Amino acid sequence: MTTPMTATLPTLTATDDPEAPSRKRRRSRVHRASPLTYLVLAFVVLASIGPLYYMVVMASRPNSDITSNPPPLTPGSELGDNVTRVFENPDVVFAQSLLNSLMVATVATISVVTLSALAGFAFAKLRFRGKNFFLLCVIGTMMVPVQLGLVPLYMLMGWIGLAGSLWSAVLPFLVTGFGVFFMRQYVMQAIPDELIEAARVDGASTTRIFFQVIFPALRPAVAVLGLLTFMERWNDFMWPYLTLAPENPTVQVALSRLSGGYYTDQALVMAGTLLATVPLVLVFVLFGRRIVGGIMEGGVKG
Amino acid sequence: MHLRDRLARIDIHGAPYLFIAPFFLLFGIFGLFPLGYTLWVSLHDWTLLGGNEGWVGFGNYTELFSDDYFWNSLLNTFAIFLIATIPQMLVALGLAQVLNASLRAITFWRVGVIIPTATSVAAVGIIFTMAFSRDFGIVNWMIGLVGVDPIAWNQERIPSWIAIATMVDWRWTGYNALILLAALQAVPKDLYESARLDGASAARQFWSITIPMLRPTLMFVVTVSTIGGIQLFTEPLLFNPGANAITGGDMRQFQTSAMYVVEQAFTGQRFGYAATVAWVLFAVIVLVSLVNSLLVRRIRSAD
Repeated sequence: MTTPMTATLPTLTATDDPEAPSRKRRRSRVHRASPLTYLVLAFVVLASIGPLYYMVVMASRPNSDITSNPPPLTPGSELGDNVTRVFENPDVVFAQSLLNSLMVATVATISVVTLSALAGFAFAKLRFRGKNFFLLCVIGTMMVPVQLGLVPLYMLMGWIGLAGSLWSAVLPFLVTGFGVFFMRQYVMQAIPDELIEAARVDGASTTRIFFQVIFPALRPAVAVLGLLTFMERWNDFMWPYLTLAPENPTVQVALSRLSGGYYTDQALVMAGTLLATVPLVLVFVLFGRRIVGGIMEGGVKG
Repeated sequence: MHLRDRLARIDIHGAPYLFIAPFFLLFGIFGLFPLGYTLWVSLHDWTLLGGNEGWVGFGNYTELFSDDYFWNSLLNTFAIFLIATIPQMLVALGLAQVLNASLRAITFWRVGVIIPTATSVAAVGIIFTMAFSRDFGIVNWMIGLVGVDPIAWNQERIPSWIAIATMVDWRWTGYNALILLAALQAVPKDLYESARLDGASAARQFWSITIPMLRPTLMFVVTVSTIGGIQLFTEPLLFNPGANAITGGDMRQFQTSAMYVVEQAFTGQRFGYAATVAWVLFAVIVLVSLVNSLLVRRIRSAD
């Protein structure tokens, strides 16, 4: 019996599938992990977690501790206090900014996932003139440094009357080339042609096939792409920083305001950073296996 | 019945375009158009408040070439890019090799390695800025343990580059290692078997099989890092908190070109000139990507 993951995620976890024929050979060939390997990995993971641990330490100390020498190395007991101060800070509407980030990231995620699935399905299973050319264009878009168009983008938001609004932070991110490509890869390998043929024989239109047959079958890919997209949008900084009105920021922009203030309440800044970071890190740990699979799949084909 | 057939035909031929249209439409409006229009704006005297104030041809470009602040920002951008990318690629390659061993708790290690990627760039900027602070930062405390004097990381030029490169590497090394790991696992195993039968050493196998087989992925990883690295913005911005953050230090010692674009556009309110900087930066990215692809192409292919 395979795990549910391997049963539903043939593409994304191919390398972890114990039944895959290459697995046996890999086991015999690849050097067995020595204690040194584990030592190196332990060091790397420590380096990964270290700065986050440092954040927790600083966020849970009174501000006076932060200038102490030697620096504090263990968490204190003031986390609740510091968190309260973040929410009560009058310069930064922190609660609102969390909500704004949630909205921006959610809308972008729903759009990216849906539109990527549509286009990915077309590229994977439908026949049409110019398909290869269009696909090449999609891949090409991944290489375009769109951030550099920030000046006209800013002007554009003014023309359509959205300057400063949350929509201006969402609109440029409703589609990604990566998403389309990712979905195409998944549809190609996970959806058998017969499934589509059968629906066609029953007289279903292409649109109906997509919504009733294809999309439900894409759930695992939707989950991975959704998580990656949400993470990227939640963490986005540059464009929201430029476009959003100061009184209506996303949480990352609010953080930069907290840290850029004239007061040096570092405990407060760190508590805010913790609030903005911990939800995603938790999601990452919980769904780590899937996300790792998604990153590895997207990268190797990209 | 006849009508139905025609509808079916329209559906078969039209649906694919209908399905890919939203992507191209949205990308065209909010991605491609602004980038292309940047060139047009750069040929004008264009201000934040006054709008288009007339054609200046290549006037902005002439000004740019004698603009010391611009060259300074380009130097900073490249220095940070190189200090960040070269070690990052080497470490990522090594880490991918290590992760390719048959490990216990394989998911734990992989997730552990990419946790930094889940951390927002703003959080990274804030945490590391504090860790690198001169008087109370943990970095100076640690180097103090081995007898090194405190360093004013955000005052001196090269230390500031190193600190910012550290932020970039902390966030991206594990991610790139995973992508390289995926490529490593796709290398046919019999290549190694026969190499070993021929008596090739491990080092020889690495250089003659692994590296050439990883070529396309290396290309991908290097290109993505280049595009990101040349647009570096947030880490240096947050490294100098305060009202003048956008200048990247008192002496602009770590102002990147992307920061200079924003400074010109919003502090200086000169959209035309900012667009010029952005467009030149775009040209630089294209150029560097070409050089990259030439370099990577020189790696002998595996067949």
